[in-house]
Amino acid sequence: MEAEKYLIDLGNLMAYDPSHHFPSLPDSRVELTRKCLERGTELVQAVANALFSLPSTEDPDGPIVRLPEPTTKLPREKHLPKPKPPTKWEQFAKMKGIKNHKKDKRVFDEQTSTWKRRHGYDRVNDDKDIPIIEAKPTDEPGEDPFSKRKAEKKKKVEKQEKNRLQNLKQAMKAGALPSHVQLAATALPITGTKTDVPKKANKQELENVAGMAAAATASGGKFDKKLPGEKPAKHTGKYRKFLPVVEGKGMGSQEKQQTDKILNKLMSQSSHDILDVNKAVSMFNVKSEKRRKHDKAKEGVSSSKSGKMKPKKKSFKKSFKKTAKKN
Amino acid sequence: MLKIKTPKTQRAARALEKRAPKLVENGKKTLILHGTKTSSLLNDVLTQIYHLKRDSAVKYTKKNKEIRPFESGGEASLEFYSLKNDCSLFVFGSHSKKRPNNLVLGRMYDHHVYDLVELGVENFRPMESFVYDKKVAPRIGSKPFFTFIGEAFESVEELKHLKEVLLDLFRGEVVENLNLAGVDRVYVCTAISPTTVFFSHCALRLKRSGSTIPRMELVEIGPSMDFVVRRHRLPNDSLKKEAMKTASQQHKKVKNVSRDVVQGKIGKIYIPDQQVGGMALSNDIKGLKRQRREAKMNTATKEDQVKKRKTDSQ
Repeated sequence: MEAEKYLIDLGNLMAYDPSHHFPSLPDSRVELTRKCLERGTELVQAVANALFSLPSTEDPDGPIVRLPEPTTKLPREKHLPKPKPPTKWEQFAKMKGIKNHKKDKRVFDEQTSTWKRRHGYDRVNDDKDIPIIEAKPTDEPGEDPFSKRKAEKKKKVEKQEKNRLQNLKQAMKAGALPSHVQLAATALPITGTKTDVPKKANKQELENVAGMAAAATASGGKFDKKLPGEKPAKHTGKYRKFLPVVEGKGMGSQEKQQTDKILNKLMSQSSHDILDVNKAVSMFNVKSEKRRKHDKAKEGVSSSKSGKMKPKKKSFKKSFKKTAKKN
Repeated sequence: MLKIKTPKTQRAARALEKRAPKLVENGKKTLILHGTKTSSLLNDVLTQIYHLKRDSAVKYTKKNKEIRPFESGGEASLEFYSLKNDCSLFVFGSHSKKRPNNLVLGRMYDHHVYDLVELGVENFRPMESFVYDKKVAPRIGSKPFFTFIGEAFESVEELKHLKEVLLDLFRGEVVENLNLAGVDRVYVCTAISPTTVFFSHCALRLKRSGSTIPRMELVEIGPSMDFVVRRHRLPNDSLKKEAMKTASQQHKKVKNVSRDVVQGKIGKIYIPDQQVGGMALSNDIKGLKRQRREAKMNTATKEDQVKKRKTDSQ
């Protein structure tokens, strides 16, 4: 009878009485509370009747019952976990029909004739266990085979890391990143590229970028309006320094030192023969002779060429005019 | 460029795992916070709600100027706090001339506001004003009973919504097993009028009744108050559909186990063939002294050879 009267959700230990309503509200607060509690007691009793008649198991702390699923549907807190997209390898393996099969953890190592781990420390076929690499005819001289092997291994590991990152990126796009992995940006995004990750730049990077943007006007950002709280852009270039011209000690003597240095350099370059006048005159004469010869040769060539070109040009022009007239 | 970041400690990994979306979820946590202004009454209300939900609530004590849950843009920092504390329920108290003693109850889905109910608090009686035997005082985190009384909870849209929100707010974790000795509290919600709900928190006293089912007795322990429904916002239909999704309750098929009326649970066991070849031999027993062990091994190998020959001949 009670079950018909009340709606009971045993999973939430809830009872609802949809039939009740107050014919007239009681005057005093005490009276109202008393009536409500009376009604509440009835409902709680109805839930208890159902609850205590469930099969229970004895426990030192008290009888334990198994509650049914709640019938009142309430929303979830977060979305359902999304399925992880297959990795590049998994896709490939599926396409090729490659199936995973379990491998033993321990493998017999034929070199040492003992059982060893397949992976990890002291593993089978470990490169570190090979003390001597036999030379091959294809080997290049002067190349260390050990360091070469090490570099190759490093390259392989790096490649694997890259693949892993790529797969994780795909997983993030699908919203199925494992809970313990986070992908963090390491640099500012290049403008125009697709930013698939919300990037969080650090303070210094932002300052640099803001400074660059502020100085990217014709005036170098001198006349731009500043935002409230905006600091002047940091000067990243060099400042020109002028040394004092007046002679003195310390800073004052630096200017003289500088000029002396340059002068010394110049003097030392041509110190063995500063200027031989005879040599210079003969050099000048030879050069002017050469120039004259060269000029003469040029004149002859250019005149002959121009004579050949002239009639050709004319004929072309005439023919063009003729055709125009005909038309 | 991207970098893979993983937690440095196992503790951090566990903390992250706790927050990740799951097929079967943890209990919802509640964030309790103030608006720009709160009356002393509202401060008490918020504190007492915090006391009721002590095990799964975070209470902020500072004022929050920028939170206005019903306005667009006013929920941004609320959602941020929800994300930071992993809380998907919130109780927000504010006090203004237009809406005195205002309490906003809300739920979050994926750290975005899902729905909201705005209530005015009237006739508040704090816990301290109730005199009762402290023995019946409920324990923190116990599973509460709920009673909703009045047809208005079905006929009036606002109250129907409020009923669901109150249930979500106070029900605690969804449990499979319940200790019957641990039931000790009940929330009584009564619709007095189409807009007003009388809310009261009571302790349960189990009395002997002569049968296995005890007689229930309610002792009011507070807080008790009247909720006057003001504004409310129902969830978006598409969002609701998304949020109501549940994991398909398909259990893995149990193999080789059957039930019998007389014998009860019956299991079939299949034992793989005995691998004689792979058996451990008795020739390297560690208990023996080395000399004897070696001697034994020598004889064993000889015997083996003899046996092998025999099998060959057969």
